[in-house]
Amino acid sequence: MTSSDYVAFDYSDKKKGGADLRQETFALTRRLFIQLVRRPSTLVAGVLQPLIWLVLFGALFSKAPDSLLPGGISYGRFLGAGVIVFTAFSGALNAGLPVMFDREFGFLNRLLVAPLSSRSSIIFASVIYITSISLLQSIAIMGTAFFLGYGWPGFAGLLLVLLTLLLLVFAVTALSLGLAFALPGHIELIAVIFVVNLPLLFASTALAPISYMPAWLGWLAAVNPLTFAIEPIRAAYGGTLDLGLVILHAPYGDVTGYGCLSILIALSLGLFLLISPLLNRKLA
Amino acid sequence: MYLIELQELVKSYGTVKALNGLSLKVPNGCLYGLLGPNGSGKTTTLRILCTLLAPDAGQVKVAGLDVVKDPRSVRRQLGYVAQEVAIDKILTGLELLQLQGDLYHLPSNERDIRIAELIERLDMKAWITRRCGSYSGGMRRRLDLASGLLHQPKLLVLDEPTVGLDIESRSAIWQLLFELKSQGTTILLSSHYLEEVEALADQMAIIDEGRVIAQGAPDDLKKQLGGDRVTLRVREFSDENESEQVRKLLANVDGVRQVVVNRAQGFSLNLVVDDENVLPRLREELDRSKLQVFALSHSRPSLDDVYLQATGRTLMDAELSASGNRDVKLESKQAMR
Repeated sequence: MTSSDYVAFDYSDKKKGGADLRQETFALTRRLFIQLVRRPSTLVAGVLQPLIWLVLFGALFSKAPDSLLPGGISYGRFLGAGVIVFTAFSGALNAGLPVMFDREFGFLNRLLVAPLSSRSSIIFASVIYITSISLLQSIAIMGTAFFLGYGWPGFAGLLLVLLTLLLLVFAVTALSLGLAFALPGHIELIAVIFVVNLPLLFASTALAPISYMPAWLGWLAAVNPLTFAIEPIRAAYGGTLDLGLVILHAPYGDVTGYGCLSILIALSLGLFLLISPLLNRKLA
Repeated sequence: MYLIELQELVKSYGTVKALNGLSLKVPNGCLYGLLGPNGSGKTTTLRILCTLLAPDAGQVKVAGLDVVKDPRSVRRQLGYVAQEVAIDKILTGLELLQLQGDLYHLPSNERDIRIAELIERLDMKAWITRRCGSYSGGMRRRLDLASGLLHQPKLLVLDEPTVGLDIESRSAIWQLLFELKSQGTTILLSSHYLEEVEALADQMAIIDEGRVIAQGAPDDLKKQLGGDRVTLRVREFSDENESEQVRKLLANVDGVRQVVVNRAQGFSLNLVVDDENVLPRLREELDRSKLQVFALSHSRPSLDDVYLQATGRTLMDAELSASGNRDVKLESKQAMR
């Protein structure tokens, strides 16, 4: 280093904004993936847990009477859609954890001292990371379900499944990131994740249809966001790709495939709008 | 021309007032030291300067830019090396530097050249491709310095840069700071080590309870205090009576301004005298009373004396009482966003 080349880089080019945002988002995403590759246990556990659900729960109810399930399909086939959604949901629910650890260990401060072109890049990186992981895990579960004889949705069906999961993952990631900035520490965040995770699964149509539930639980399941993701996927597995058809008989009325997806879109947008003031304040 | 201007900064955490009207100006190209015990407000000041914390009141300017109104432009100008090194243990040092370069939007070729330069300069080659989790304190500190310097900032801000480091790492860091200064970088560092500020700083401020209580060049501050310091023992273990007698005897010697019996140091005598010409007169006076000189040391006033004069206590005392009042949990909470 000589003194002559000791000059600050030229930052005057305003048009660089988009490229800067890409550069920082890519770098932050890369960091998360490096962590994943070197510490893959969460990914493995994230695939293993739903697999165990699928195998054990599928076996537990394999002798369920035919009248239990609409259309007389096997329980394993019915359960598949529920477990796929549950996998994506739990993965996204954990999205806030790395951010919380960065807050606690002071790594976030390192990011906040840097002249990021937008601090949204910190959020973008998390969303990209969690979405990729969740979709990857879901595809692994779908593959296993196929080998267990629980069916495969076909190519068009697969696209519908991925679209539905994407919408759910966006919504839940927003929620988790919001919690990561609102709660005081990772203990509290983990506590919330524990409390939310299983009840939302049980109070949805993942394990049993609404027709099988007591009325009050049926109501809960019919407003549970997981249900709106499970039903289009279950329909896709059943070979129904027409989104105009009614796929959910809720106590308050029938819901079509379009209805389910619209609700998921509204939920994603709503949650992102809800948490953005919080993020703006914390990342200002 | 001042690179940093802080005016009447006020910052409270709940009921605790961390900054209480702190003002200071750091000239361009200067190596400026903030000296003060733990809890005096040094870290809060630096965090405000680095846009991590907003002041409750007061003005902060870096290179003429308002830190509160235009934080992004300020961030480009400065490199910050925090006290608690936050590194990602899973990444290698090299990956961390690459990430840092991307966060400052360096073009990838420039980024890699710059990283190579810093690896060379900070002697990190042997371990830079190992994961950060395996690094020692000195290695982490060097890595953190490198990431603070990657974008060649005008201003380098360091919070206690050598705390807890071995002597070798410390002198390597001092050497680097001198070099950076000679290349025109303005450096602001906080420290509670007197000798660090004394050895490094062109200009300094003493901070106590969230305010600047003295500022200037270290030598000027010491000169202003006036008088030389003499420590004297007539025997290895004097008792209080004897020391008291000697005190009375020496207090009347021409050129002696003050004599104190230091109970904390085995009843040795601490004198403030006009200059070294007083020393022979002290010996004569002791000879006349058939007293021996077991030990006698003479020094110019130190920064500790400056601190003592300004606050009425030594830095070490302040440090001890501050460490008793410290709430580490609360501090990490304050640092969290």
